[in-house]
Amino acid sequence: MLLSIEDLQKSYPGPEGPVPVLRGVTLSLDAGETLALTGESGSGKSTLLHLVAGLDAADGGRVLLDGQEITALDDRGRAKLRRNAVGIIFQQFNLIPSLDVAANIAFQARLNGTAEPRELSRLASALGLEAQLRKYPEQLSGGQQQRVAIARALAARPKLILADEPTGNLDEATADEVLEQFLALVTGTGAALLMVTHSPRLAARLGRRAHLSQGRLA
Amino acid sequence: MTGAVLSALASHWRRNRLQLLTLVLGLALATALWSGVQAINAEARASYDAAAATLAEGQFDQLVPREGDSMAQEVFVTLRRAGWLVSPVVEGRLRVGGTAVRLVGVDPLTAPAGSTASAALARTDLAGFLRAPTLVAGPETAALLAANLPNPVLRDQTVAPGTVLADIGVAQELLGRAGRISRLIVLTDQPLRQRPLAEIAPDLMLRHADGASDVGRLTDSFHLNLTAFGFLSFAVGIFIVHGAIGLAFEQRRGMVRTLRALGVPLRRLIVLMVLELVVLATLAGALGIVLGYLIATLLMPDVAATIQGLYGADVAGTLHIRPAWWLSGMAMSLGGALFASASAMWRLARMPVLASAGGRAWALASGRTRKLQAAATVVLLVAAGVLAIVGGGLIAGFALLSCLLLGAALALPSCLAAILRFGEGRAVRVMVQWFWADTRQQLPSLGLALMALLLAMAANVGVSTMVSSFRLTFTGFLDQRLSAELYVNANGVADPAALMRFLETRADAVLPTMSVDATLAGLPAEIFGARIGYTYRENWRFLDAVPAVWDEVEEGKAVVINEQLSRRADLRVGAMLALGPGLSLPVAGVVGDYGNPIGQAIIGEALFRQAFPDIKPVRYGVRTSDPGGLREALLEELGLPPSSIVDQSALKAFSLSVFERTFSVTGALNVLTLAVAAFAILMSLLTLAAMRLPQMAPVWAMGTTQRRLAGLEILRTVLLAGITTLMALPLGLALAWVLLAIVNVEAFGWRLPMYLFPAEYIRLMLFALAAALLAGLWPAWRLARMEPAALLRIFANER
Amino acid sequence: MNARAWNCAAALTVLLFGFGNAFAQGFAGLGTDAEGFSVPEAGKQFQFPRDHGPHPDYRIEWWYLTANLTGPDGADYGLQWTLFRSALAPAEAEGWESPQLWFGHAAVTSALTHRATERFARGGTGQAGVTAEPFAAWIDDWQMVGDSLDRLRLTATGTDFAYDIEMQAQGPLVLHGNHGYSVKSAKGQASYYYSQPFFAVEGTLTLPEGEVPVRGTAWLDREWSSQPLAQDQAGWDWFSLSFDAGEKLMGFSLRDTAGGSFTSATWIEADGSATPYGDGNLVATPLETSRVDGRDVPTRWRLTLPDRALDITVGALNTQAWMNLSIPYWEGPVRVIGTHPGKGYLEMTGYEPR
Repeated sequence: MLLSIEDLQKSYPGPEGPVPVLRGVTLSLDAGETLALTGESGSGKSTLLHLVAGLDAADGGRVLLDGQEITALDDRGRAKLRRNAVGIIFQQFNLIPSLDVAANIAFQARLNGTAEPRELSRLASALGLEAQLRKYPEQLSGGQQQRVAIARALAARPKLILADEPTGNLDEATADEVLEQFLALVTGTGAALLMVTHSPRLAARLGRRAHLSQGRLA
Repeated sequence: MTGAVLSALASHWRRNRLQLLTLVLGLALATALWSGVQAINAEARASYDAAAATLAEGQFDQLVPREGDSMAQEVFVTLRRAGWLVSPVVEGRLRVGGTAVRLVGVDPLTAPAGSTASAALARTDLAGFLRAPTLVAGPETAALLAANLPNPVLRDQTVAPGTVLADIGVAQELLGRAGRISRLIVLTDQPLRQRPLAEIAPDLMLRHADGASDVGRLTDSFHLNLTAFGFLSFAVGIFIVHGAIGLAFEQRRGMVRTLRALGVPLRRLIVLMVLELVVLATLAGALGIVLGYLIATLLMPDVAATIQGLYGADVAGTLHIRPAWWLSGMAMSLGGALFASASAMWRLARMPVLASAGGRAWALASGRTRKLQAAATVVLLVAAGVLAIVGGGLIAGFALLSCLLLGAALALPSCLAAILRFGEGRAVRVMVQWFWADTRQQLPSLGLALMALLLAMAANVGVSTMVSSFRLTFTGFLDQRLSAELYVNANGVADPAALMRFLETRADAVLPTMSVDATLAGLPAEIFGARIGYTYRENWRFLDAVPAVWDEVEEGKAVVINEQLSRRADLRVGAMLALGPGLSLPVAGVVGDYGNPIGQAIIGEALFRQAFPDIKPVRYGVRTSDPGGLREALLEELGLPPSSIVDQSALKAFSLSVFERTFSVTGALNVLTLAVAAFAILMSLLTLAAMRLPQMAPVWAMGTTQRRLAGLEILRTVLLAGITTLMALPLGLALAWVLLAIVNVEAFGWRLPMYLFPAEYIRLMLFALAAALLAGLWPAWRLARMEPAALLRIFANER
Repeated sequence: MNARAWNCAAALTVLLFGFGNAFAQGFAGLGTDAEGFSVPEAGKQFQFPRDHGPHPDYRIEWWYLTANLTGPDGADYGLQWTLFRSALAPAEAEGWESPQLWFGHAAVTSALTHRATERFARGGTGQAGVTAEPFAAWIDDWQMVGDSLDRLRLTATGTDFAYDIEMQAQGPLVLHGNHGYSVKSAKGQASYYYSQPFFAVEGTLTLPEGEVPVRGTAWLDREWSSQPLAQDQAGWDWFSLSFDAGEKLMGFSLRDTAGGSFTSATWIEADGSATPYGDGNLVATPLETSRVDGRDVPTRWRLTLPDRALDITVGALNTQAWMNLSIPYWEGPVRVIGTHPGKGYLEMTGYEPR
């Protein structure tokens, strides 16, 4: 088993005390498996993703990735985890504005020391980005930016890819096209994919589906 | 509607208190330094004006003797009886309780109505003034007089500090100049018929009103200096304000769009925003004026000492609140705020209603701006070069300084970008590459603060180079000039002849100093008579001289002049200088003179005694191998008062202390300027911090700790400051060169050699880096301690 | 001529030199003076030319000349030249120590213009002074000089006018009051006062429009005293009139604050014989006032002296003959119609702005 989530709990401080967001979620994912996590706004989908990514610390429960207990890591350990084991794709793309496309794609791979020029150019061409490599993020369209974010995540060769509404900011035609390329590439790497979406149409394209409601899996 | 719009606009400040603080404090600091300097200038100018008015200088033409420093009283009566409406003045230094005051004797019956003398006297009991030996002075001086002299003393606020007014008869007696007058004031309205001046008083010359206020003219350079500093500080402050306002406007674009969509007319909106700005600027201006007053109060005693030391002009050591400076401070605050907001307002006014609320980064330099900047840089630097080559005069000197500084400041972002791009290209590791790239990304936002730092640092380097060069030259000069072991003041000596006899038997050599005020080459100057001996031959260094210069002078065949006279009258070695009627001598040497601003000519003792038989030595330099013993002997055997003997080391120490005090004001302003620059960096970083989160969050998400990012933030600030500081070094040296080779020559009449002080520069750089480090520390600490949730919000879908 | 000069000099002294306390001493007594000045006494015999010179023991003194002149086109002009002496102490000294202060006033009046200026000086330096023999009175470049008082040359310059005239006496000196002892109030204040009213004049006025040759007559007053005016005396109206028939009249009215007045007059025959008239004989009544420098100044008068069947109207040649100097007053030429037509001079002081 690649990813194992056990009774995961998380609250955020609110004006009238802590607001529970996750109330004990248990979920597991095997290598190569793809899972769509659906749920209405505020159901805790993104929070779950963030905890798995090591972006935030949980209040209770455990997350094990490839046998390593993420929830027990300190700040430094979580940074290392994000660098090495996880690839994250955000709805807002979150590219680094000061770096050009090539540097953005290579960024995480170079951080964890797995960067390989041939792999980078393969990803760029697979995503149709060859002509954009010297451009800066602000010069790209939304679809292009998201392709860069996908390339960046895949280039780092993570075991687990986390995607938070990756096509939420794109129009429908572009979204389908990007998703198609994305899924094809993910399948090729053998990595597991956990994708948050509220679109049943997208969720249908993935291997498994889980529905989150009010902080619990339905 | 207005109320609703105002509360919406104000809500921005409530939510961005730091921005509000930056704006108000930045403006207040800028105003403070400006109005502080203006307050000092206003006070000093008021003192000069009072002095000039008291002495009726500047306002009226004067008749002065062509040679010597006085004329017979009969000349006055002769002129009056020939139809010339003139009023006599006798003036001189009067020693009172250890200090000297300027005693001015006037004739109240003929003094012009516009002079302070007549106004002050009109307020006093004139009959009493004429019949008792009454003295009139400002409060400080009046207290001094009352404590030391038996004369009745009247206080009058309008009399200049350090000046005493008296009836001319009283003054003549106190000064020991019975029957002599120093000059004649020529009243403005003269009668129809007069006999020509050349016929009735050929020994007098007319000095026109505009050329008469020597003090004002001499000190102009000093005040221009202060004003330049004040303006520099203000410019630094305006950089801050421009940043804060630009940010606030950019952040409120969304609100503006919404308000306009809801039906608020653009014109109304802009008027209200200007109004809001005016209120803020008024608040900040008031705060700045209070701060400026405090600064000025702290600096004023030193400034007064400086002006006294440099120019011999008396300035009150206390500060009055004068509308001139606080109004100018308020105007600068309002004008500065409106100037700083002009471009933001312009963009806002042209923005379509439905423009994207996000917009581009608030200070991101577009290609066009960069081109404009580059063009301005080239123009300014070329102008600086042209001015350096062909420019003349103090104004040109300061124009050169402005062009150089502004040009360099505008060039800074491009230079920094080039350096950072170079670093980025050389980077191997990805974090290093990102670091360079991200630093470059920030340049447009930090650029203004860095320009401020560049200017402050360059000013520090330049001014400290100038002051230190000056100090080195000055101490060398003191060693040259103060070569006698003891100095005996002849004023306190009852029997000068006995003193002479005593010294000639007991000392190795006696060097009497005789001097007379004169007009040389049409400029106020002094002629000195010197007993040429080994002291002169061995110690004096010339800027230029003929061989055996002292022999020529000793034989009365030549004259030595100081650099000031040489430059102002364009007299080189070999040129002829007219010392008086029938007495013209070639210039045999030009000597550096850093102790006084006016021209000096030195002739041999014999020639001096022959030309000015009435002038007695005022001081004796005494060469001796046993100064202590000789001093004792003078005190005990001749009964001289201790105050009339000064030894060399005490005199040197005193001269140096005057020097140090002179430049303490400059030093203080320097530190303040640097502090303002550090504040600019801090405020820029703080306001940037929130905007930088989206840039840093992905890096964090890709696997970097907050702590590391914070560390990089500090490093980035220090790096930028470091590069800026390094670039400021050559700029500062250029500044020092302009100050030494151009401004000093114009202002003081001497050109100083330039020395370099690497240790001082390293100290300044460390100081600047420490300031930048301090400025970077807080924002970085906030980043390191930030809740992950704050970063996660960047990724939130709702955004 | 006494009142105007008296008042003028006294006011100058008060305003310029803070002599406020001198008024308080005004009633101290006739024969004494608190500060050691001599005081006029009846019965003094003048000695000429010595008494033409200054009397430094007395507090105030003046040489006061007015002239009625006519230009080649028949236009009338008035001319004034006055030298005041005011002593801070009854002594003389060399140089700036001198307590003697001197003031000069000069003016030229035509029907349309009035130009006036003043000078100040201290005695002891030579800038101003008077010598009796040969006679010279001067301040700066202004002077009145001659071998004797009978033949004088008079000059003065201002920024916009100058004059230079020759004067020749056509009659004797005239002593006012009791052989030159002239009483100034019911309380007994008095001065020494004599005149030379018989000068024939010829000379040149220099005005902005050019030089004007003039002829006419002039009247010189000499007066000195130490006693200030009485405290209740508000101002003076003084007349010096030369009638076409050859007689002359000096008269003054000293107004008190209660609305009453003290008058005095001297009737001078063509041969110089004089008759003094005490308080109440001369009656001066204002007929018309003019607005001058914010004040209402009477510029047309009715004068009556019943003993001489005199009933005349005196009108100003130029109602704006205002001496706008350190001490402002009205002084200008007048024309006389009625029982005794002629010309003369009028001086008025003490009219406050309203």
